[in-house]
Amino acid sequence: MPSDVNHVVEFPGGYTRSVGPVIGRFLSELRDGRMVGVRTSGGRVLVPPTEYDPDTGDDVTGEFVEVGPVGTVTTWSWVAHPAKEHPFDRPFAWVLVRPDGADTALVHALDAGVFDAGAEAPKFLKTGMRVRPKWRAERTGTIGDIECFLPEVTMINPQAKLEFRLSGGRALHRYLEGIAQGRILGSRCPVCEAVIVPMKETCPRDGVPTTEEVELPDVGTLTTYAVNNIPDPRAPEVPFVSGYVLLDGAGVPLLTLIAGVPADQVRMGMRVKAAWKPREEWSPSVGNIKWFEPVDEPDVPFDEIKDYL
Amino acid sequence: MANSCAVIGVGQTQYKTKRLDVSMAGLLREAARRALDDAGLTWRDIDAIVVGKAPDLFEGVVMPEVFLADALGAAGKPLIRVHTAGSVGGSTAIVAANLVRSGVHDRVLTLAWEKQSESNATWALTVNSPFTTSLVVGAGGYFAPHIRAYIRKSGAPEHIGHLVAVKDRENALRNPYAHLRIPGISREMVESTPMLWEPIRYLDTCPSSDGACAMVLASEDAAKKAPGKPAWVQATAMRSEPMGFVRRDNVSPQAGKDCAADVYRQAGIADPRRELDCAEVYVPFSWYEPMWLENLGFCGDGEGWKLTEAGATAFDGDIPWNPSGGVLSSNPIGASGMIRFAEAAMQVSDRAGEHQVDGARRALGHAYGGGAQFYAMWVVGSEKP
Ligand SMILES: [Zn+2]
Repeated sequence: MPSDVNHVVEFPGGYTRSVGPVIGRFLSELRDGRMVGVRTSGGRVLVPPTEYDPDTGDDVTGEFVEVGPVGTVTTWSWVAHPAKEHPFDRPFAWVLVRPDGADTALVHALDAGVFDAGAEAPKFLKTGMRVRPKWRAERTGTIGDIECFLPEVTMINPQAKLEFRLSGGRALHRYLEGIAQGRILGSRCPVCEAVIVPMKETCPRDGVPTTEEVELPDVGTLTTYAVNNIPDPRAPEVPFVSGYVLLDGAGVPLLTLIAGVPADQVRMGMRVKAAWKPREEWSPSVGNIKWFEPVDEPDVPFDEIKDYL
Repeated sequence: MANSCAVIGVGQTQYKTKRLDVSMAGLLREAARRALDDAGLTWRDIDAIVVGKAPDLFEGVVMPEVFLADALGAAGKPLIRVHTAGSVGGSTAIVAANLVRSGVHDRVLTLAWEKQSESNATWALTVNSPFTTSLVVGAGGYFAPHIRAYIRKSGAPEHIGHLVAVKDRENALRNPYAHLRIPGISREMVESTPMLWEPIRYLDTCPSSDGACAMVLASEDAAKKAPGKPAWVQATAMRSEPMGFVRRDNVSPQAGKDCAADVYRQAGIADPRRELDCAEVYVPFSWYEPMWLENLGFCGDGEGWKLTEAGATAFDGDIPWNPSGGVLSSNPIGASGMIRFAEAAMQVSDRAGEHQVDGARRALGHAYGGGAQFYAMWVVGSEKP
């Protein structure tokens, strides 16, 4: 690291520079919040403009062309540790920006957002990204009238939240009342005579009101299942098994978590039993049953479950 | 439905993981413009607009029909939104077709879309409530047990799904709009990908896509003036069933069988495998091809995997399924059903380019959605019914 400066030479008031009609026009337009380039006799638009075509040395045409304000980054360099003289005290990028309508690019700083010192370049920083100037409120006719460039707005993040009161209706309410007491309730259809669980007021198959409340045991048979390997913060640790359990005496299988057995030992036809949370944690919620786990009974033959898949 | 209806314009967007270059309205307008151009029409020529998308939570946009009205040229015109979960693209096309067949309108623009990148479908499928066990398993976790049940019931060997995964991705290489384009795709490649929801591997699943599909449907008079060859709507059908009921067949739901039987009856089809030239079927997980082959009556129960294995559904098979690459190659959920319908129409009107099935004169478009609860199907043909 170089040591801190200990000696300063400074010309009082600063040197003056006459800018001439081409650079002058560029700076005057900057002061008005516009960017212009100048056209060469070959048709190219130079930004920043010069009095000559750098390729041929010929005079430029004197035709000024408004360019930008949006431009394309043609290359960039990330500054993870800004120096004292830099325009930002946090990481930023130097960029070459070719304003729309121009054939050349100008160098400037890009404010990529707030990053801690030493941070790596963000992924969105790319050659080809679209940027536009951030103008200073007070402009004086220098390149500094553009404070920096900013990425174009490409995405917004509107926050959304709905609040509502859930009501399951009479049958589900009754079902949850049962669950809150550690009982699993179903209802019997008078036509197909099957027990529907969770209980329903009408049979979805026959369209008639159910007539009889039936308490089911918390033991049943696993009909079919999936081994899930997609991690999610809201889900159990992978691999975990989700499956359909046909409670003894029920006509509809329940979707539930299967645990207490390695995933690769789960079988269709396996006998399982509900694992309840501790009684003091019960509430009117299906969550009172943590999962179903195997019981030591022989598997049920496939033929007996094949109509419940 | 006394009046004839034809597809006279089809427009699709590029399907990609993220279409960050366009707004939702811009995405729809891209598809709509292409459909209008294809039909030789402008926004002003359209009498009514019918749109469909998947559940609002999927992309966090509620009542898009409200904010899209002016973007779709609907000022002063009827605009209808249809909603039947994943099958919505198909149902939307059918509602639009019925507006023409009933004689209410001459030219109807219909669109379906999804910008999956704007949100998270698995989150939307797993909103917690005290009434249900919330397992955070997504669509794959939901369908995997039914696939397992199919394999157990039919005795299908385990590689059948991988054959479909390869076949549809090979087809996608012929489709310029397809999202997944995997040169050199092979069974080994599919088998080496991670097991997501046993028995579903990564490449047995559909991608998450942004994209839109649009069609212009027209009366017979309007179709005569169209610059391209019309695809005539010969039959349409929709069915639905509850998600859980006593002895529901989750492997081959009754509503799907009934819907297929209805659409064939209307089209005068006795044997779909012989009388259709190709089919665009909603296959989001590879195993759903053999499952739907049976459900749609292309073969008997337990025989679907044999058709797949024998190559019957391949691009050069006797009944090509998903020559476009299907849902396995592009899945903007709300649009996926309409893409099936549109691709079927493209096949019978010689619009399918590189993935054109030679001599296709009659094709099936199929969509399903929810927990395999909603079905929409149409048969389109090069001949007016
Ligand atoms: Zn019943």
